[in-house]
Amino acid sequence: MDMSEAIVLAGSAIGAGLAMIAGIGPGIGEGYAVGKACEAIARQPEASGAVTRTMFVGCAVAESTGIYGLIIALLLIFLKPFT
Amino acid sequence: MKYIYMLAAFAIPKFLEGPGELNVTGPKIITSFQIGSVTINFTETIILEWIVMAVILGLCIFLTRDLRVRAVSKRQVIAEMAVEAITNLVRDTMGKRWLWFTPYIATVFCFSVFGSLLSLFGLRAVTSDFSVLLSWAAVTFVMITVTKIRYNGLGGYLKGFADPIPVMLPINILSEVSTPAAMALRHFGNIAGGGIITALVYYGLANLSRMIGLQVPILTVGLPAVLSLYFDLFADFMQAFIFIMLTMVFISNAGPADDEPEPESEPGPEEISENAA
Repeated sequence: MDMSEAIVLAGSAIGAGLAMIAGIGPGIGEGYAVGKACEAIARQPEASGAVTRTMFVGCAVAESTGIYGLIIALLLIFLKPFT
Repeated sequence: MKYIYMLAAFAIPKFLEGPGELNVTGPKIITSFQIGSVTINFTETIILEWIVMAVILGLCIFLTRDLRVRAVSKRQVIAEMAVEAITNLVRDTMGKRWLWFTPYIATVFCFSVFGSLLSLFGLRAVTSDFSVLLSWAAVTFVMITVTKIRYNGLGGYLKGFADPIPVMLPINILSEVSTPAAMALRHFGNIAGGGIITALVYYGLANLSRMIGLQVPILTVGLPAVLSLYFDLFADFMQAFIFIMLTMVFISNAGPADDEPEPESEPGPEEISENAA
C-alpha cells in the first residue's frame, strides 16, 4: 500500500467516525420525546395508544439524521469511494 | 426428527468454521441485459421480491378461503382482525374520505414486513436494497403530486411552489424532492445498517473467541440473537409502520382537511385530566 492510498484510507476512517457524531442529535431528541410521552401517559393513561403511536413516528423522523450519518459512515468504511 | 439431525449436520460444521472474510456488498447480480445504452441488472432482490409476493398471495388465499357469515373459522377471524386493524388505522390517520386507500397501505405494509423478515431465514432482506425503497417512495411522491393537482388544479399546484413569496422557490422544490428521498433513506438505513451491524458483531465475536484460543467460536452464541431480536423483528415492524404512517400523513396533508367531524359522544380526555389534577 503506497502512501497516498494509506492517507485516503485513514481519512475515510476518520471521516466515518466524524459522521457518527450525527448520532448525538437524534439521541437527545428522542430521549426528550420519549420522556415527554411518558409524562403524557402518566397524566392520561387512557390516551396511551395515540401517544405511543405519535411518539414512535416522531422518533423515527428524528432518527433520520442519525441514519444519514450511519449511511455515510458505512459508505466510507465499506465502499471506500475515494480510493 | 430425521430432518432436525440433517439440519444439525449441515449447520454445525458451518458454525464451527466461523464467518469467513467479511465483505459488505449490494445484492448479487445474476444476469444483466443490455437495452440500448442502459444496462438492466437482474439481481437477487428481484427473485426474493417474487418469493415475497408469492408468500403474501398464498397467505391471502389461505386466509380468505370459504368465508362465512356464521360459524366462522379461526382463519377468518385472523383475516378479519388484520383487515379491521388496518382499516381503523387508515380511518384514524387519514380520515373517512381516504378509506379507499386502505388496500395500497396494507400492501405496502405487508410487503415491507415480509421483505424485511426474509433476513430471519438467512436471506438478504429485500428492503436492504435501496432501489426497492426508492421505488416505493417514488410511488408515494406521485400520489402526493396527483392529490395536490387534483384538489388545487395544475395552476394551484405550480403556484404552491412560490408560496408564501417567490424567493422561496428553490427551498420549496428541495422540500418536495426531499420527502420521498428521506422516506426511502430512513427505511433503507435502518434495515441495511442493522444487517451490517449484526454481521460486524458476529464477525468480531468469532475473531475474539479465536484470539483467546478457543477452537469453537463459542462467544458468538447469545449476543447476535439479542441484536437480531431488535434489528430483525422490532426494526422491521417499526420501519414498515413508519413508512405507511408517513405515506398516509403526506398524502392526506396534500388534500384539504376532512370537513365532516367525527361523532364524539364521550367527554374528551382533557376534561377528565383537569378534574383529576
